[in-house]
Amino acid sequence: MFPVEKSIPVRTVYDDLTAIQSELDKCMHCGFCMAVCPVYKTTKTESGVARGKIGVAEAVMAGNLQIDDQDVVDMLFNCLVCKSCMQNCPTKVDFGRIILALRCAVVREKGLPWVKKAIFSTLEHQGVFDLGMKTGARLSGLLFRQAGQQAIAPRASLALLGKSAGFDQNRRLPALAKKPLRDRLPDVLPVENPVARVAFFTGCSFNYLYPEVGEDLVSVLQENNIAVVIPRDQGCCGVPVLVHGDIESIRRLGRKNIDAMDNSGVDYIVTGCGSCGGAWQHDYPEIFRQDPVYGPRAEFWRSRTYDISTLLTDVTGYRIPRGQVNAVLTYHDPCHLKKVMKVSREPRQILKNIPGVIFKEMARADACCGSGGSYVLTHFKTSVAIAERKINDVNHTDADTITTGCPACMMQLSDNVHRFGRRQKSGIIFLFLPNRTAKRKRRGYSNRLILPNAKVAATFTSLQRHWKEAKAF
Amino acid sequence: MLDEIIINQLQAIVGKDNVLIGSVNLTTYSYDATADVPHAMPEVIVMPTSTAQVRKVVQLAAWKSIAIYPRGAGTNLSGGTIPLDHGIVLSLQKMDQILEIDAENLTATVQPGVVIQDLNNAIAPFGLMYPPDPGTVTTATMGGSVAENSGGLRGLKYGVTKHYVMGMEVVLANGNSVRFGGKTVKNVTAYDFSSLFVGSEGTLGIIVEITCKLLPEPKFHKAMLAAFNIMEDAGKTVSDIIKAQVIPATLEIMDNMTIRTVEDFAHVGLPTDAAALLLIEVDGMAELVVAQEADAVIRIVEENHGSLHIANSDEERDNLWSARRAALPALASLNNTVVLEDATVPRSRVTDMLLALAEIGRKYRLVLGTFGHAGDGNLHPTILADKYNADEMSRVHQAVEEIFATALKLGGTLSGEHGIGIAKMRFLGNEIGDSGLELMQAIKNALDPTHMLNPGKLIPREEKTHVSR
Ligand SMILES: Cc1cc2nc3c(=O)[nH]c(=O)nc-3n(C[C@H](O)[C@H](O)[C@H](O)COP(=O)(O)OP(=O)(O)OC[C@H]3O[C@@H](n4cnc5c(N)ncnc54)[C@H](O)[C@@H]3O)c2cc1C
Ligand code: SF4
Ligand code: SF4
Repeated sequence: MFPVEKSIPVRTVYDDLTAIQSELDKCMHCGFCMAVCPVYKTTKTESGVARGKIGVAEAVMAGNLQIDDQDVVDMLFNCLVCKSCMQNCPTKVDFGRIILALRCAVVREKGLPWVKKAIFSTLEHQGVFDLGMKTGARLSGLLFRQAGQQAIAPRASLALLGKSAGFDQNRRLPALAKKPLRDRLPDVLPVENPVARVAFFTGCSFNYLYPEVGEDLVSVLQENNIAVVIPRDQGCCGVPVLVHGDIESIRRLGRKNIDAMDNSGVDYIVTGCGSCGGAWQHDYPEIFRQDPVYGPRAEFWRSRTYDISTLLTDVTGYRIPRGQVNAVLTYHDPCHLKKVMKVSREPRQILKNIPGVIFKEMARADACCGSGGSYVLTHFKTSVAIAERKINDVNHTDADTITTGCPACMMQLSDNVHRFGRRQKSGIIFLFLPNRTAKRKRRGYSNRLILPNAKVAATFTSLQRHWKEAKAF
Repeated sequence: MLDEIIINQLQAIVGKDNVLIGSVNLTTYSYDATADVPHAMPEVIVMPTSTAQVRKVVQLAAWKSIAIYPRGAGTNLSGGTIPLDHGIVLSLQKMDQILEIDAENLTATVQPGVVIQDLNNAIAPFGLMYPPDPGTVTTATMGGSVAENSGGLRGLKYGVTKHYVMGMEVVLANGNSVRFGGKTVKNVTAYDFSSLFVGSEGTLGIIVEITCKLLPEPKFHKAMLAAFNIMEDAGKTVSDIIKAQVIPATLEIMDNMTIRTVEDFAHVGLPTDAAALLLIEVDGMAELVVAQEADAVIRIVEENHGSLHIANSDEERDNLWSARRAALPALASLNNTVVLEDATVPRSRVTDMLLALAEIGRKYRLVLGTFGHAGDGNLHPTILADKYNADEMSRVHQAVEEIFATALKLGGTLSGEHGIGIAKMRFLGNEIGDSGLELMQAIKNALDPTHMLNPGKLIPREEKTHVSR
């Protein structure tokens, strides 16, 4: 194999900011992006929306503003990279590329802040990351309490401290898995006469936060006669580091993942997370475009990567479950699933076909939920304001259950349905849970949500301060 | 930068979070949607949340002689919100409450920062609509559209913003606020102040509340697309439809250049060899009437050698509309600078204007496509140019002058809906003459003697700045 560290000359907008000028020129400053930008809708300021950020980028290119000016940096990180603006842009400005190119330029100028460097490097060292997550899971029993027993009210002073830092004791988080998904499943899950052989690219969330959902995905695949491989050497897709402007790390992670998939001998890659799928469909081909070794291989997987819902509805065919689920469902479109992978019809098709399900479309189903990876940590207030609008739209349907196709959205919606929700009894579940319950009754994942106790809130607050002081947010 | 004392005072009035300073914020309020006009940085951006705050800001600015630039969503196409004299950009977007929907009286009362579409969404459950629908209906504010007197796609049948404003509250340059008009259909008390402030482009006062008229939403509609091999047939179809006393809700035209570009861009299956396309939609409350109007339109199109495509479902209707909606983006995708004009001529001269525009494009060797509201004579000649090419930009400027001159020669106007702002200020005298300019000055001096509100816009600053004819 080729040494992954080997540096091959590349020139993408992430390596050279001047290449972004022609993309900036496409913007006609019409402001259409305002209609959908979740940050703008909350702040009502021009610097919140794509048009404003493009205006600042133009000033940077013209030499009137410096990319490492702290105000510029703060503005660049006050964006969810949800790509909603791109859906409404009449001239198809690729804002996602612009914002990431600018962030990469910031990192080139200022370097990565140490906290980020520390965390991102563990992502690349799977063993260390794994160990950290497992230790975290073991400790969480000491530090967190079950959300089920909600009797304890946070002490006033602490709640206040937490709130101002954007982290209160009412926050619901999923528990870290005691045993990650990839440790639970064998490398190969064969079926008789498979219609296809696929590799499940698990991503970090399924692996560490929602392994049961990951297991569900796998068994749904098996029930549909699809053989599943879980390549051992896969790791984080790298999107979380790219959104922080760390192009070098995503390149290393991308090479590692491409190697892992090349070695697995499958027909397709299946993802259950729009960011992971987007990495395979768009980011890898782009960042390796001029890489003679990884470029063609990234290109090969581009068209062979599917979200699980597309694989089932459009590629292999899908067996409608025989059991019945009596639920009124609504579906939230995850940004990267709909706006990057263009998947929105398929999940609805699957949900509507489950016997007993009544499907209710919510208004603005594809409006961002405000999660945006670490955005919820760094811009908690805005993030919650965005989520409030989302949950209000859910409240206006009669749905008792929200489904979605992305683990990060699940996390955000579970947290906020407790704040703003009304009728949703079953909490937030992944697309396929209703399907599974049709076969085998299983407890809702919302039961696994946890509340942080005071100590954790405090530790978290201090960690968060470091993130913020690191300033590249 | 304004000195710290003034910033502190502004913060005391509207709260710290609602005062934006720093080079990033100032940069982001230095432009609007207009291409090819100068940009300028404000010294501060103030976002009031109440009328009382607006008054206090105006009083402070008057006291300290600071220019105020009112701003809605900044989507105007005449440079109307660019802070030429720096000073304060007063963003009204946080005053975004719908104060009342009065379904009995068919009125709504809103703050200026309400987005037009949000009003429409709120009144839809009552079966009502607010008809003015500029292309920016999902982003533009009520205040901005009233100050700009926006039009839109439904202008032919339903009129423009001025036909829907019944009353207002305005903060004047002296800090006083006045209310006039109201919910009564008839109101002849005092001067017709609403008309004075509609289209005043932020130069006479700051609109802080608007009472507007609503209409019942039409229940039936029929859309069709007609293709013509010669421009004259399309033009004659437009006038024949009106002559037959059918007033379509929409009567939009696209020239060949636009058709080809849209087809390349959006692949909607348009006939690329057609000289012009008309998108026609009739609507109404009674199915039979709508059907009769549609039949009349079909007959007229056929008489004028047009070939028809009729939408039989909502989906097909959407498809037809998508072609029209793609017109501007498609053209805009051709180059880095979009100069979008809105020269307007009497309906009967639409054909002449279209032919003249094509000629202007050829003469100045420019990529020029025209689409627009044929039914009301409001055309959007759109020039695509390279802002880095000085020679080409100078040809653009010459072409623009000729476009306006042609529109006036045909008995038309400089602007059908986008306003004068900075972009067309120097042509103003050509349309309204010296006495017209003097009247503008007199009104401005009476209401805003120090030219504190939106200085540098609409009203030429020197006595005779307009170019001679
Ligand atoms: C792609 C595109 C398509 C468009 N299509 C149309 C169309 O079909 N028809 C049409 O008429 N226009 C159209 N426009 C122009 C523009 O969108 C409209 O004029 C719109 O109504 C402006 O609203 P705004 O809130 O953005 O106002 P702004 O651009 O913020 O302001 C417009 C003017 O109003 C003043 N102003 C704003 N708020 C107030 C207030 N509260 N009190 C006093 N003065 C105020 C400003 O100083 C400025 O002079 C289009 C623009 C674009 C970019
Ligand atoms: S919608 Fe697109 S073209 Fe319009 S301002 Fe936003 S980014 Fe620019
Ligand atoms: S990516 Fe999302 S948050 Fe960022 S500017 Fe676009 S719409 Fe706004």
